[in-house]
Amino acid sequence: MDLSAINPVLLIASLMVAATPILLAGIGELVVERAGVLNLGVEGMMITGAICGFAIAVNTGSPALGFVAAAGGGALLSLLFALLTQYALANQVASGLALTLFGLGLSSLLGQGYVGIKPPPTDRLDIPVLTDLPVVGRILFGHDLMVYFGIALVALVWAFLKYTRAGLILRAVGESHDAAHALGYKVKRIRVMAIMFGGACAGLGGAYISLVRVPQWTEGMTAGAGWIALALVVFASWKPWRVLIGAYLFGGVTVLQLNLQAAGLAIPVEYLSMSPYLITILVLVIMSADKSRAPASLGRIFHASQ
Amino acid sequence: MLRLEKRRQPSRIWAWATPLAAVLATILFGGLLFMALGKDPVVAIRTIFYDPLFGQHAFFYRPQLLVKAAPLILIAIGLSLGFRAGIWNIGAEGQYIVGALAGAGCALAFYPMEAWFIFPLMILSGALGGFLWAMIPALLKVRFGTNEILVSLMLVYVAEQLLASMSLGLLKNPEGFGFPGSRNLQQYESAHNAELIAGTGMHWGVAFAFIMVIFAYVLLNRHILGYHIRLTGEAPRAARFAGVVPARLVIFCLGMGGALAGLAGMFEVAGPAGQVSIDFNVGYGFTAIIVAFLGRLHPVGILLAGLLMALTYIGGEIAQSNLGLPAAAIQVFQGMLLFFLLAVDVFTNYRLRFGRGVAA
Amino acid sequence: MLKRTFLTTAAVALAMAATGGAALAQEKTKVGFVYVGPIGDGGWTHEHDVGRRAVEEEFGDKVETVYVENVPEGPDAERVMTQMALDGADLIFTTSFGYMDPTINVAKKFPDVKFEHATGYKTAENVGTYSARFYEGRAVQGLIAGEMTESNIIGYIGSYPIPEVIRGINSAYIHAKKVNPDVEFKIVWAFTWFDPAKEADAAKVLIEQGADVILQHTDSTAPQAAAEAAGNVYTFGQASDMAEFAPKPRISSIIDNWAPYYIEQVKAVMDGTWKSEQTWDGIGPGMVGIGEITDAVPAEVKEEALALKDRIASGEYHPFTGPLKKQDGSDWLAEGETADDGTLLGMNFFVEGIEGEIPQ
Repeated sequence: MDLSAINPVLLIASLMVAATPILLAGIGELVVERAGVLNLGVEGMMITGAICGFAIAVNTGSPALGFVAAAGGGALLSLLFALLTQYALANQVASGLALTLFGLGLSSLLGQGYVGIKPPPTDRLDIPVLTDLPVVGRILFGHDLMVYFGIALVALVWAFLKYTRAGLILRAVGESHDAAHALGYKVKRIRVMAIMFGGACAGLGGAYISLVRVPQWTEGMTAGAGWIALALVVFASWKPWRVLIGAYLFGGVTVLQLNLQAAGLAIPVEYLSMSPYLITILVLVIMSADKSRAPASLGRIFHASQ
Repeated sequence: MLRLEKRRQPSRIWAWATPLAAVLATILFGGLLFMALGKDPVVAIRTIFYDPLFGQHAFFYRPQLLVKAAPLILIAIGLSLGFRAGIWNIGAEGQYIVGALAGAGCALAFYPMEAWFIFPLMILSGALGGFLWAMIPALLKVRFGTNEILVSLMLVYVAEQLLASMSLGLLKNPEGFGFPGSRNLQQYESAHNAELIAGTGMHWGVAFAFIMVIFAYVLLNRHILGYHIRLTGEAPRAARFAGVVPARLVIFCLGMGGALAGLAGMFEVAGPAGQVSIDFNVGYGFTAIIVAFLGRLHPVGILLAGLLMALTYIGGEIAQSNLGLPAAAIQVFQGMLLFFLLAVDVFTNYRLRFGRGVAA
Repeated sequence: MLKRTFLTTAAVALAMAATGGAALAQEKTKVGFVYVGPIGDGGWTHEHDVGRRAVEEEFGDKVETVYVENVPEGPDAERVMTQMALDGADLIFTTSFGYMDPTINVAKKFPDVKFEHATGYKTAENVGTYSARFYEGRAVQGLIAGEMTESNIIGYIGSYPIPEVIRGINSAYIHAKKVNPDVEFKIVWAFTWFDPAKEADAAKVLIEQGADVILQHTDSTAPQAAAEAAGNVYTFGQASDMAEFAPKPRISSIIDNWAPYYIEQVKAVMDGTWKSEQTWDGIGPGMVGIGEITDAVPAEVKEEALALKDRIASGEYHPFTGPLKKQDGSDWLAEGETADDGTLLGMNFFVEGIEGEIPQ
C-alpha cells in the first residue's frame, strides 16, 4: 500500500471531470422537479443526447455543434414526456420509465453507423500563465469548457430560482399547481418548458460522456448515469449548489475508490459503491426534519378543472 | 381549440377501447418503423403478436408467456395496491433481488440436505427478504416522513451492489472454478421450483401470480382494507375521517409490494433462472411498474398487461432471430406501445371538447 | 378438457420438433448465435458477430445465420436457444459464460442440435465448449509493457476478479518481470463488464499514480482515449484491434478471432463430423491474434515480442513455466514444470511479486 501515490490535486481535477455528466443532468432534473414534475427518463434522454451529440460532432467536425445537437435531441425526446404527462395526463413515473426504454432503443438505432469512430477532440482550456500555476492551475484552469459550463449553469439556475420572477413562478407551480393556476399562471406551459430544459441538460450530460469523457459511441454507454443524476437531485434536497457538492461527492467516491485500489489498498468495492446511495437516504431522513423538502406537487398530475 | 373535461364517472367503453386503440396505433407506427428498417411490416407485426400465440411453435411459446409474465404480474399486483393509495414504491427491483438472495441463501444453507420443508421455508424467506427491504422506506416514511419514491429507488442500487458482492463472495458456488454465481438450484431437488405439470410453464410462481390476482381483486372490492386503500388514493382527507390510519396503510402497502416482489425473485432464482449471478436482475421490478399502469391498477388489467408485455418480449426475440431486426428496434417498438397506452388512458377519465370553454 | 388436448399436442409437437426441426433445414445449414451484449458494443459481442459474418461469407448460400443480441443470462437465454432450435438451427453458438446451464438444459431437449458454449466448463453429447487462451497474448503484452515502461509502473484494469482475468494478470506480470525486474503492477478492479466512463476513470487514476503503460481487461476504448490525452502512456487493444488509436498510445493488441473456429465447426456440422470437444485454443491455431506492433516500439523489443509469440504459437514455450511461486511464497511450479489446464481454469491466486489482494 502506498497512499502517497495518490496526488490530491489530480484527484480533485479528475473528479471534476467525472462529476460533470451527472452534474449537468442533475441540475436539469432539479429544475424539472422544482416545477413539480418527476421525470424518471433521465437515462433515456442522456443516451439520446450522447448519440445526437456524437453523430453531429463527427459529421461536422465540431464538438460545439455536437453539444448543441445533444441539447436539442434531449429536449426533443423530453417533449414526448411532456406531451404524455401534461396533455394526456399520464402518470409521470410510468411515463418516465417508458421514456428511458424508448431512449435506449432509439439511441442504439441512431448509433448503428457510429461504432468504433473517434470524435473530434474537445479542446481543453489552456491559459498561458494560469493553467501552469501549481496546484490551482490544474484544478481551476485546466479543463474543457463543459466543466465550467456545468458550474456556471448551477450558478445560473440558482440565481434564476432565487432572484427572478420567472423562478418564483416556477417554484410556485411546483409547490401548488392549483394555487398557481388560480393566480393565472400557465401551469402546463411552464412545466413543459421546465421539462424541455431538463431534457436539454440531460442531453448535454450524455454528450459529455460520448464526446469528452470516454470519447466514443457504444450502445448503452451511459451505464446508469441518469439514475445517479436522479439520486443527486434528492441528495441535494432540490438546492442547486448542493447538486454541485453532490455531484463531486458521487464522482469523488468512484474516483477515490479507484485511487485507493490502485494504491494497493484492499477495500470492499461493492460496499464503497453503495455508500453514495446510503448517504442519500440519510440526507433524506435528516432533511425531513428540516424545512427544505421536496416540492409539494412533485409527481402529481395537474388538470385545470380539478 | 381542444380542451379536456373530466368525466363524472370513468367511461367503461373507453376503458376497454383505449388499450385496443393503443395497440392498433403501435402496430401502425411500429410497422412504419420496421418498413424504414427495410423489413416487411406485416410479417414483422405478425411475428411479434401472432406467432408466439398461434404460430407453428406456439406450444412452446404459450407456456413461456406464463414464465415471463408471472414475475411481472406478481410484482405489479403488489405495487398496484400502494399506487392506488398514493404510496409510490418504485424500488421493487431491489426487493426482487433481496427476496431472491434470501430465498437462495436459505436453500444453500441447507445444501445438500434433501427435505420437504426446504422449499416452503424458501418461500417464507423470499417473501420476508422483500418485505424487510421494503420496510426500510416504509418505516422511514412513517417515522420521519421521508419520500418513499426516492428511498425505495436508492435501495435498488444498494441491492444491486449486494447482489454483486454475494455472487462473488458468500453465495459463490464452491465447485464453480472461481466463476461468480451460486450453485444451480435447478440441480438441487428440494429447492427447485420446477414446473408443476411438465410442458405447461406452470411453476409455483405462476400459480402464486394467479392467486394474487384473485386475492387483490377480492381485497379491493370486498374488503374494508381495499376500500380504505381506494379511498386514501381518491380522497385522502375523507379517508382520514373514515378512520384510516395512514401509517398502517403505508406499512401494509409497501410491505405487501415488497413481499410479492421478494416472492417473484425467489421463484425466479429457484426456477427459471436457477442461480444467483451478478446480472440476475433483468429489470422486472421496473417493467412491473409500467405493467401496473398499463393494467390501470386493476388486478385483471394487470394480468392482461403482464401477458401483453411478455408477448412483446418473446415475439420481439423471434423477430430478431427470424427477421434480423436489431434488438433496439424491438425496444423502440415496446416504448411506442407504452407511450400510446399511457397516452390514450386520458379518454377514460376525460372527454375531449371542442371550442373554448370557461376555465373552471 | 381443453387443457388436456393442449398438453398432448404440446408433447407431440415437442417430440416432433426435436427430430423434425433439424431434418427440415437439411439443404441449408442453419447456425444460431446468442449474444449477451449489443453487436455495437465494439468489444466482446462485436467480435463474435465478426465471426458470424465470416461464416456467412465462407459458405454463402449453403448457410443461414441468425442471431439475437442483448439476451440476459438465465431463462431468457434458454428461451432464445429453444426458439432457435425449434426454428431449425443445426448449430447454436452461445457466447457468454452465464449461458452455461441454459445451454445444457436446452441441449438435453434437442439431442440432434449441436451446441457450442463459449468459456464454460460443462459439456454433453451435443454440447462442446470453446475458449481462447488469452493469457498467451498477455505474455506478449507483458513483455512489451515491461520493456516500454519508464516509471516501472504498469497499470492493469480488471473487470471482475475471476480466473480468466487473474490468469491474464499473472501472465502479463511474469513476462514483464522477466525483462524488467523492477516492474510493479497496479491493479484496479472496475467491477463491471461494461461502463466506458468508469473505465476511463480507472485509466486516468492509474496514469495519475505513475503508470505509463496500461493493460485493460475491459472492452471499451475509453482507456485508450485517456492514455492518448495523457500523452506519454502506452496501451494495448483488447478484444478488437482498436487500430484507430495506433500507432500511439495503442502499440499492440489482443484480438479475439473466432472466425476460424466458427467456420471449422460449421463445416464439421455440414459434413456430419462434429464431435463434442473442449477447445481451448491460443495463438497457434489463430484464436488469439496479436495486433500489429507499431513503430512506437523499438525494433529490438518488437523482435523479442514476436519471437516470444512464435515460441508460444509453436508450443515450444508455455507462459506458465516453472520455477514459479504463488503470492504467499509457497511453491507452485518446479523448474521446467508447466501449469496444467485445470489449475489455470480455476486460477484464483496471484503469482509471487504482485502486490495487493484479490477481492473476495
